[in-house]
Amino acid sequence: MIFAHAIGSTRYTFDSLRTLLARATPLRSGDVLAGVAAGSAEERVAAQFALADAPLAHFLEEQIVAYEEDEVTRLIMDTHDATAFAPVRSLTVGELRDWLLSDEATPERLAALAPGLTPEMAAAVCKLMRVQDLIAAAAKIRVVTHFRTTVGLPGRLSARLQPNHPTDDARGIAAAMLDGLLLGSGDAVIGINPAGDNVAATVRLLELIDALRHRFHIPAQSCVLAHVTTQLAALEAGAPVDLIFQSIAGTEAANRSFGVNLALLQEAYDAGRALRRGAVCADGSVGTNIMYFETGQGSALSANAHHGVDQQTLEVRAYAVARRFEPMLVNTVVGFIGPEYLYDGKQIARAGLEDHFCGKLLGLPMGCDVCYTNHAEADQDDMDTLLTLLGTAGVNYIMGVPGADDVMLNYQSTSFHDALYVRKVLGLRPAPEFEAWLKGDEFGRLKLEARTPERLLPA
Amino acid sequence: MSGITPGIWAARLRALTPARVGLGQTGVSQQTRDQLDFQRAHAMARDAVHARLDAAGLAKEIEGITGAAVVRMRSQAADRATYLQRPDLGRTLDAASLSELKALREPEPYDLVLVVADGLSALAVERHVLALLRTLLPKLSGWRMAPVCVVEQGRVAVGDAIGEALGAALCVVLIGERPGLSSPDSLGAYITWQPRPGRTDADRNCISNIRTEGLSYRQAAAQLHFLLTEARRRKLTGVTLKPEMPVLGEG
Repeated sequence: MIFAHAIGSTRYTFDSLRTLLARATPLRSGDVLAGVAAGSAEERVAAQFALADAPLAHFLEEQIVAYEEDEVTRLIMDTHDATAFAPVRSLTVGELRDWLLSDEATPERLAALAPGLTPEMAAAVCKLMRVQDLIAAAAKIRVVTHFRTTVGLPGRLSARLQPNHPTDDARGIAAAMLDGLLLGSGDAVIGINPAGDNVAATVRLLELIDALRHRFHIPAQSCVLAHVTTQLAALEAGAPVDLIFQSIAGTEAANRSFGVNLALLQEAYDAGRALRRGAVCADGSVGTNIMYFETGQGSALSANAHHGVDQQTLEVRAYAVARRFEPMLVNTVVGFIGPEYLYDGKQIARAGLEDHFCGKLLGLPMGCDVCYTNHAEADQDDMDTLLTLLGTAGVNYIMGVPGADDVMLNYQSTSFHDALYVRKVLGLRPAPEFEAWLKGDEFGRLKLEARTPERLLPA
Repeated sequence: MSGITPGIWAARLRALTPARVGLGQTGVSQQTRDQLDFQRAHAMARDAVHARLDAAGLAKEIEGITGAAVVRMRSQAADRATYLQRPDLGRTLDAASLSELKALREPEPYDLVLVVADGLSALAVERHVLALLRTLLPKLSGWRMAPVCVVEQGRVAVGDAIGEALGAALCVVLIGERPGLSSPDSLGAYITWQPRPGRTDADRNCISNIRTEGLSYRQAAAQLHFLLTEARRRKLTGVTLKPEMPVLGEG
């Protein structure tokens, strides 16, 4: 379909939905690198006008990545829920924005709408929204998940404890775990990025977390973020696998570059569910959300698997993959990929809020790794800004890294202190099970025993 | 000052990991000293990313070591902002550099071309390249060497175009790595058999973390020499070349 909009005497045309979405995207370096960005600010706003007039129903007719070529497109189309879509099927993208921000869009209606929206619809409306719109709409959507803790409740903000070490040294990782627990992090997950991707190390690290968890009766879940096949092998070797992690992207080809496809993720999901390691949570629900996914704008382009689609739309397509598997946690690692995709603090902040909003709109338990690398035009002030904005938007969880400095992955994220800050200024509390633990005798015992940390560490 | 000042347990934690564990608190926030320590580390990393390589000075110093003329070149990334946002341009030589190189091609092919590129840390190049070359070059006395090339605003893959233009069997790119908070001056070395545009990371072997606190010049030179010898013998580099590395003592 041809889309068009005139500004003054210039008529801008866009030859496909894919082109329209790309040209309407607020400026970011990755779309310029891909050669899909608008050529001028005026062209961009013309595309936004044209996109605002595009009927949502058209998104079910025109695919931006061919159905025959891409299993993510097939997943999106084959699982689309026409009944859930019905309340908005006559709207345009612009009208959807107005509806999302209206009082008509209650939390209940937004939750019911999620299976009726495709990623491309969510991405489209996001391109018409300012930062405050992304916050206002997302703040109405709560996605609550359970394993041993309950993550995503109103008034709560959880943290992933990320105790990485450059050589996976057990004592170094244990020291960072103790530090994070003492500062109230770990209620989303205790998740280690291993330096080396192998089964033996994965088993060893899972056992390390599990031993500490049992010793102090910590209501938390663990994860070692190796490749999914490595985690499956660890699971088969009898390792205590709680959450199963994988990085995912928005096209079949990009997922292939990560060494995964939908069938493999289904296999992991089935294997993890069968372990039944989740607990009865504070509200009586049994924890059955076992998947943990990470995403990030630009990953498809970096794998040369973007099909001429802009990076924000592709990011939301990754959420279609995620929601298939009822994940416990999903987070965008927003600033990790580097300045050729998100150049500076402004681009990173907007992308983080876009990802959070679009994920929540599609029904995902969105967290965010608020982060940057040293070659991005960003610093800790930019992280404070995005962290505070995400807190107001109701983000499910953030990262807790010792001093915000990840000494294994060589990037900067948010610290245990940062999590305490955002909880304090916004009146947010940890997950209820973890909050109770922090007030109880077991935490008191951890504090006492941590005074001689060497005794707590693996021999 | 109010808050929790970390005690002896914090020092014990810190002894176990390079991570920033055991930090104190004022309220819930970090204390001034810890915050400034972080800012100092970030400032060093930022300065390293944006430092301009003194290519003329470096070329002169390398000429002092090799006794041969060094070729100075530029990528198509005109400045640092472009370099950071357009990795494709940092991988491509500008037209003048390319034509100059082609004139240096000789009838008999070179065994090896050494390329020095600023990458993401000119600091790493300025601190470590000369010392590494002094250790490495004597090991390569039997090799037919192309002129050493110094590239400004270059990425690893710029070596592919250089190697192809010169007709070199192997290319080593010595390049400043992305600075971490605790490592603003880490140098990497990437080895590519039959370099030509289109090679990917899977086609290369890499030695990373060459710096005072990391891999020593002696270790790096020995590993490089070993990999180069193996690559020439087996006529390949990349994931299929996984030779047993020689184990070296420090000294």
